[in-house]
Amino acid sequence: MTQIEQDKNAPDTVMSDYNFAYLDEQTKRMIRRAILKSLAIPGYQVPFASREMPMPYGWGTGGVQVSAAVLTPDDTLKVIDQGADDTTNAVSIRRFFEKTAGVAVTEATAEASIIQTRHRIPEAELREDQVLVYQVPIPEPLRFLEPSEVETRKMHELEEYGLMHVKLYEDIAQHGAIATAYAYPVKVEGRYVMDPSPIPKFDNPKLEMAAIQLFGAGREQRIYALPPHTQVVSLDFEDYPFEASKADHPCGLCGAEDSYLDELIVDDEGGRLFMCSDTDYCAARQAVGHRGSDASPTLEGVA
Amino acid sequence: MTPLLQVEDIAKYYGTRIGCTDVSFDLYPGEVMGIVGESGSGKSTLLNTLAGHLTPDRGAVRFDTRADGLRDTVTMSEPERRMLSRTDWAFVHQHARDGLRMNVSAGGNVGERLMAVGARHYGKIRATASDWLGRVEINEDRIDDRPASFSGGMQQRLQIARNLVTGPRLVFMDEPTGGLDVSVQARLLDLLRNLVREMGLSAIIVTHDLAVVRLLADRLMVMKDGHVVESGLTDQVLDDPQHGYTQLLVSSVLQV
Repeated sequence: MTQIEQDKNAPDTVMSDYNFAYLDEQTKRMIRRAILKSLAIPGYQVPFASREMPMPYGWGTGGVQVSAAVLTPDDTLKVIDQGADDTTNAVSIRRFFEKTAGVAVTEATAEASIIQTRHRIPEAELREDQVLVYQVPIPEPLRFLEPSEVETRKMHELEEYGLMHVKLYEDIAQHGAIATAYAYPVKVEGRYVMDPSPIPKFDNPKLEMAAIQLFGAGREQRIYALPPHTQVVSLDFEDYPFEASKADHPCGLCGAEDSYLDELIVDDEGGRLFMCSDTDYCAARQAVGHRGSDASPTLEGVA
Repeated sequence: MTPLLQVEDIAKYYGTRIGCTDVSFDLYPGEVMGIVGESGSGKSTLLNTLAGHLTPDRGAVRFDTRADGLRDTVTMSEPERRMLSRTDWAFVHQHARDGLRMNVSAGGNVGERLMAVGARHYGKIRATASDWLGRVEINEDRIDDRPASFSGGMQQRLQIARNLVTGPRLVFMDEPTGGLDVSVQARLLDLLRNLVREMGLSAIIVTHDLAVVRLLADRLMVMKDGHVVESGLTDQVLDDPQHGYTQLLVSSVLQV
């Protein structure tokens, strides 16, 4: 956290050898065109000429390109990975944009204008002046059911989505309930079936939000989007309705009962700690005095 | 009486080579038509053209749709044709693994067509799947097993169940008994014959096995080099073949 302060107040660390936000202007225009098209057709996967980025595929090359294309010098950027601001992926992407764009960064959800995320939606409700950028590994919801890209495109074109329910059927047949817990397929505005990226299904109801949501898949070269307040319905069966599930515990650190929890193994005797996966949400609650049953003195000291 | 399927002067070429040409026939409801011929005679090309998998170079394939009567399936839009192929039509492949999803359980395989036409109640889908497994003589406790663990004959029966579950009116079959040993073939034929009679299905069966058409088909078309060389009632064609090639075909069957 002190690291962030230092970088922000030291503009001479900003690299001037690169164009603003690393990508050249032509590339950003190309990506913006793809973004505009994807916003015009919610849930439709728009192909774009994904560039090599200075990070491996799978580390958020799609999200980074989308962020680079929408970033302006006045923006404040927040990057989260599984809800946390302080994991390797989040830290390196945040520092990447600090260096190449010199934008302000933050860990506070409410202060950010652009939030790049991997596999989570922040707990705090997002506003209409914010943009949420997802890193997407496999944009095609039908991919593991139908390997042919030609065929899946045809299925989207003709709205042949019966196969998606076959997957849910298999879940119930094998596990007695819909066991798909993340990347839970949704139908957008009654038209396209979309993979919401591997967010937990707990986050699915939050997909109908005020902020713009952009999804970038670098390796697969696809961008798709949800405009504000778009209707997003999680697929289910009449007798097995969709359920936004989470671990049945309060957060051990801040006591929150409404947030998505990570399970942490704390010793080799079966001891475990459930804690908010959204670190900013948890820290903010602790700062105003909320305490969970497992909050230790040292953690309190940090908060 | 309106024919269920009216085929008019169908031709399909592969470049300058003939796939099949000058084929015309009417198929009436409840009728089973057999197409026999040697390998490369164009019978599979013809079947795939009729089923909409290949686009013919000439001719019309009119199907008696529930809503609008006879419609040319060659010129109808692709969504309409695909809708037909998962409701009123069924296609049984020679190799069961071409027609099944091998990584999906037997119940899921049967349920797929139901879900494709909008079924969204798990309990009902499963009950229907279970019922159909029973009808094709697959034990109901195999409903959650994947087809990969099934024998060849069971896979073929599962493929048939998966195709018939939406109550189609026309079934295309491409060598349905190919690759099965004779006793399994016999059971499958028996099953098919019962289902066809029970459901009043019309079917077009492509095979090189004359015994199959003798058992199942009402009428027979004999193909050679892309042309229909003889057609008529099955017994008539097989017992009194007129064309030289048909005579050769009938006399080639080994008697045991």
